[in-house]
Amino acid sequence: MPVTAPDTHRAIDAVWRIEAARLIAGLARMVRDVGLAEELAQDALVVALERWPRTGIPDNPGAWLMATAKRRAIDLLRRGKMLERKHAEIGRELAIEQELAVPDIEAGLDDHVGDDLLSLMFAACHPVLSTEARVALTLRLVGGLTTDEIARAFLVPETTIAQRIVRAKRTLAKARVPFEVPRGDALTTRLSSVLEVIYLVFNEGYSATAGDDWMRPQLCQEALRLGRILAELARQEPEVHGLVALMEIQASRLGARAGPSGEPVLLLDQNRARWDQLLIRRGLAALDRAEKLGGGLGPYGLQAAIAACHARARTAEETDWVRIAAIYEALGKAMPSPIVELNRAVAIGFAFGPAAGLARVDQLTSEPALKGYHLLPSVRGDLLRKLGRRDEARAEFERAASLTRNARERALLMARAAECWG
Amino acid sequence: MRFMTIVKGAEGLNPPAALLQAIGKLREEATKAGAFVEMGGLLPSTTGARVRLADGKMTVTDGPFSEAKEVIGGYAIYNVRSKEEALEWTRRFMNLHKQHWPDFEGETELRQMREFGPPA
Repeated sequence: MPVTAPDTHRAIDAVWRIEAARLIAGLARMVRDVGLAEELAQDALVVALERWPRTGIPDNPGAWLMATAKRRAIDLLRRGKMLERKHAEIGRELAIEQELAVPDIEAGLDDHVGDDLLSLMFAACHPVLSTEARVALTLRLVGGLTTDEIARAFLVPETTIAQRIVRAKRTLAKARVPFEVPRGDALTTRLSSVLEVIYLVFNEGYSATAGDDWMRPQLCQEALRLGRILAELARQEPEVHGLVALMEIQASRLGARAGPSGEPVLLLDQNRARWDQLLIRRGLAALDRAEKLGGGLGPYGLQAAIAACHARARTAEETDWVRIAAIYEALGKAMPSPIVELNRAVAIGFAFGPAAGLARVDQLTSEPALKGYHLLPSVRGDLLRKLGRRDEARAEFERAASLTRNARERALLMARAAECWG
Repeated sequence: MRFMTIVKGAEGLNPPAALLQAIGKLREEATKAGAFVEMGGLLPSTTGARVRLADGKMTVTDGPFSEAKEVIGGYAIYNVRSKEEALEWTRRFMNLHKQHWPDFEGETELRQMREFGPPA
């Protein structure tokens, strides 16, 4: 069957999606400007779109694109365009030109690709950028998403995202953010920014509901991809594996957390046969890697360990709540938060009885951070109901319903309040 | 979306070590691209069996599947954004066979996997 032009275009698009991040990363190392690197990579794509429909896709399309982009970079450099961009002090210009001129592209690419990609992630998540800018730039440069896709996923106009990306690239260039993998203490803080961005993308996708643009739930997939890439590049970092484990296990429940009409189904009520065992297996393996690296689990690893307790239980009744309560205690130390304490109270309620849980929750009712947080009365209501204090329970569920802004959740809470009658 | 790729070829041939090594590198490449989920090779069909159901009757036949011209030799699962991306990984996989195992004749079938997705 002959390959038609639209087929080739789709195939080229696929090559682009696979190669874009590596190309941009490799070029950024050489020209030391993420924005310029992206332009060069895009230029190479334009050449490919012209040529490949006639010649067919080369056996090693990544190397072809890189060679083309490098030639283009040399041209630009010679014409002094890069000087205008104020990147090239004389010595540096020579260094760039030498690097670009290395003939054996493929060998060069292989040696550097891991560090380059990692540097690209660190640059895109650099603290000089706002969190929104980090998210957009990471999805664009590392995830290979179009501005339109990012805009649809975050429910904002495309021009907003385009501007955000342009400004972010300019900020990086202006701040002369070095294109490198941070070392020592800096690595820990910079890495936590990368992890935060990835988990933010994941949660944005996880919060998508029926009727949302289809790109929104795709964000979970994008975050998983980013996490898996990072786990391959920064294998010695337990928190990277911890985050990947957390996302894999949470993603395993995506198909079970909503009922037929889109209503939310709580974790313990979910049909576990619908949990994706492939993702659970990958999640448990990632958690295992995090644990084996030693030094104790960090906040992501601990959250993953809790998720793993649920994933391992074949039925809700088999859940090891004593263990979960203990992990929440560790999490509360690693990442002090009233929400963690509330979750710990829930676990204690399951592990040691509703009275013990209630005693914990009651210590939290004066917590300012939980004021107006619907899950506090909801948890309290649940424990009161188990203790047979139905009237108090109903009042708590009603209060919780009045506090949530999510219509589906409100309906669920009102139904629970109604169950307390009689 | 997830795609499963299933490679089929004549039975009884041992893939050269260079091919297995190259496939290992491809696996690493796909992992660094965030596309790799799982991959596995299958032992000869002598180690397997077939359980067939027809007319309500079940028959179990032990391997080898000598009547089959081509048998499944391995599989991979990729997490990709389009069928074309899965095709590209498969093209790379088959290219490795071309390079490291010139005598190989066979095919790789791509199938999109049904999955419990997020709310549609």
